[in-house]
Amino acid sequence: MPDAKELAAERSSGPSGSGEGQLERDSLPYSKDTEGGRPTRKWAMTIDLDRCTGCHACETACAAENNIPVVGEQQAHQGRLHQWIRVERYWEGSYPNVKARFMPIPCQHCDNAPCEPVCPVYATYHNPEGLNAMAYNRCVGTRYCGNNCPYDVRMFNWFEHSWDEPLNQHLNPDVTVREKGVMEKCTFCVQRIRRAEEKSDAEGRELEPDEFTTACAQACPPKAITFGNVKDDRWSVSKLWNDPRRFRLLEELGTSPAVVYLKTVED
Amino acid sequence: MYDELPVPLTAAQVNTDLTRNITQTGWLWWAILGLFGSVFGWGALVFAYQIYNGMGAYGNNRPIYWALPIINFVFWAGVALSGTMISAILRLLHAGWRRSLTRMTETLTVCALAVAGVFPLLHIGRNWTFFWMLAYPNERQLWPNYKSPLLWDATAISVYLTTSVIFWYSGLIPDFAILRERTQGWRRTLYTVLCLGWRGTDREWRRLKVLFGILTVMIIPVFVSLHTIVGWDFGMSIVPGWHSNIFAPYFVCGALYSGCGAVLIIMYCVRRSFHLEQYILPKHFDNIGKVLFSISLLWFYFFAGDAWSDWFSRDPSHINWLYFMFHGYKWVLALILVFGILVPFSMLAFGKVRRTPWLMLLVGISVNIAMFSERVTVVIPAPSRNILTWGNYTPNWVGISVTAGAIGLFGFLYTLLSKFIPIVSIWEFREGDHAEGLERVGGGEMPVVIREEAIG
Repeated sequence: MPDAKELAAERSSGPSGSGEGQLERDSLPYSKDTEGGRPTRKWAMTIDLDRCTGCHACETACAAENNIPVVGEQQAHQGRLHQWIRVERYWEGSYPNVKARFMPIPCQHCDNAPCEPVCPVYATYHNPEGLNAMAYNRCVGTRYCGNNCPYDVRMFNWFEHSWDEPLNQHLNPDVTVREKGVMEKCTFCVQRIRRAEEKSDAEGRELEPDEFTTACAQACPPKAITFGNVKDDRWSVSKLWNDPRRFRLLEELGTSPAVVYLKTVED
Repeated sequence: MYDELPVPLTAAQVNTDLTRNITQTGWLWWAILGLFGSVFGWGALVFAYQIYNGMGAYGNNRPIYWALPIINFVFWAGVALSGTMISAILRLLHAGWRRSLTRMTETLTVCALAVAGVFPLLHIGRNWTFFWMLAYPNERQLWPNYKSPLLWDATAISVYLTTSVIFWYSGLIPDFAILRERTQGWRRTLYTVLCLGWRGTDREWRRLKVLFGILTVMIIPVFVSLHTIVGWDFGMSIVPGWHSNIFAPYFVCGALYSGCGAVLIIMYCVRRSFHLEQYILPKHFDNIGKVLFSISLLWFYFFAGDAWSDWFSRDPSHINWLYFMFHGYKWVLALILVFGILVPFSMLAFGKVRRTPWLMLLVGISVNIAMFSERVTVVIPAPSRNILTWGNYTPNWVGISVTAGAIGLFGFLYTLLSKFIPIVSIWEFREGDHAEGLERVGGGEMPVVIREEAIG
């Protein structure tokens, strides 16, 4: 496996970008993504449960963005629904005093991800920007990662999926369409990250704070989801990252997720 | 032992009796081969169907990613465990009665391990890429991830299969030489090649003994490692109900249990089909029965200890799966309790039962039903009640066909091999005949036992 340094060097010396900025970057292999050998980016997400209304718009946006197959009612009933982000609903109290609580759960991109060490072929691995990356072409489909994910966010392609006309014309060309037998999961919209990077490279500048966001965050009507680089204080996600209401899902397992939830404010 | 031999067997008689399974082929053999072969063929067709359609054909879902293929894998690896182990441990202890059993138990290991080895390939999503998990220099520039228990597993299985085959084959060489003398045509050519030019000189025997000395000692840690690692496939994960450090000894013990049960089944079937009543004696069933009895007590301890420690933790996620197992899977648990505990305990405690071969066959089958059910309760309930997501799994025709196909494959391999190898080791049996028996000394006969040379 080419390591992080090589990858970073490869990308910074690639054909994208021009002008003085490019020359500067070329002389220093780490200048763009790292500072003194440490990555300057850590992609993370905050989800404000107080704002979440449980409208499922994030699920829909995610399905459209990431070419997520629609498996149909029967398959969904059998537990083979594909959702990279799912809104869990919990009921509190008993009728008539019931309260619904919603919790959108995407891949938590754990720093200490249980899914990574169990993959025999490195199909899932941690990249230097904190993404729990998935290489579909390496996956042989042992499904051990799925078992070992305490959040159950990994989806397996049990069958070959097809898109009926005209939905096959709607597929996102930036995202791989997965074949049967491989695992898939939320990528934090890595294609949007890369596109934004390429754009800023081409314009010879650094990434602006909040320049782009993930599909779920973009679609969220009450703006419950915030995505960005927590290593840069100018991003909105950094401001919410240490909010007093913060907690992380199943933190007691020691997975150190990159998704922070903000507790509901009780009346 | 000498007092149980009905009539002393002459060397020629032993050679004739023990090569009969090769020299004579009846219609029944063809019928059995055909039966197992067609069951296996059906399983293979269903496997092709699975490749064409996708893993979803098994009815798995999220969060129950593993189901019948892994249950079968654990089960067959367990069945395979005891064969070579019994042979190796009894050799190490110089137990004279092992001689009639070594060959058939080693063959059991080889066949069952071949069946177990099929399942990891069968269960992966993209079966055609299975070789990506092997460590070889490749165009992907990737070495497999040795942090993954699956890789330890693949390593342990291939090591056990290799050592078991070497162990089995080394023991076969002198017997192949006997067969070379007793067969004609293409078989003679086959055995001439297989016996590697064995002539039976003193030097050759000495070398064989040294080889067995080394292999016997080396194979013992290998079989312990095999099922330890199968246990770690589960124990190393974070799933409540699997994440348990009791799994390694628990799995080894469970494997010994089902393996010894399988040894009983094989002993009965071989004895019955090849008329080896003078070679496989009630005493053998008695001894294996005693081994099985002690293992059953140990296994019950681990079984109860595993559930107990989960219950004792009072961790809600652990309680959830335990609750699910004791409710949703209560019939499977009942199978375990009846066939794995009640039946063996009530039968194996009595010497008369242990000496009755057909009753011991029933015990063997009962233990294996229980152990298959136990693997069901290990593999399915725990992920069904994962921390955040719950699910249910119902086996469908694909899983059941593949399970049956595994039995078919095992039976097919064993039946086929029984036509090519002496199913009781001829040279070991005759060696035993010399080592223990009546010797004429002066005017009278007296029982003598010749101690085997210490290994070294």
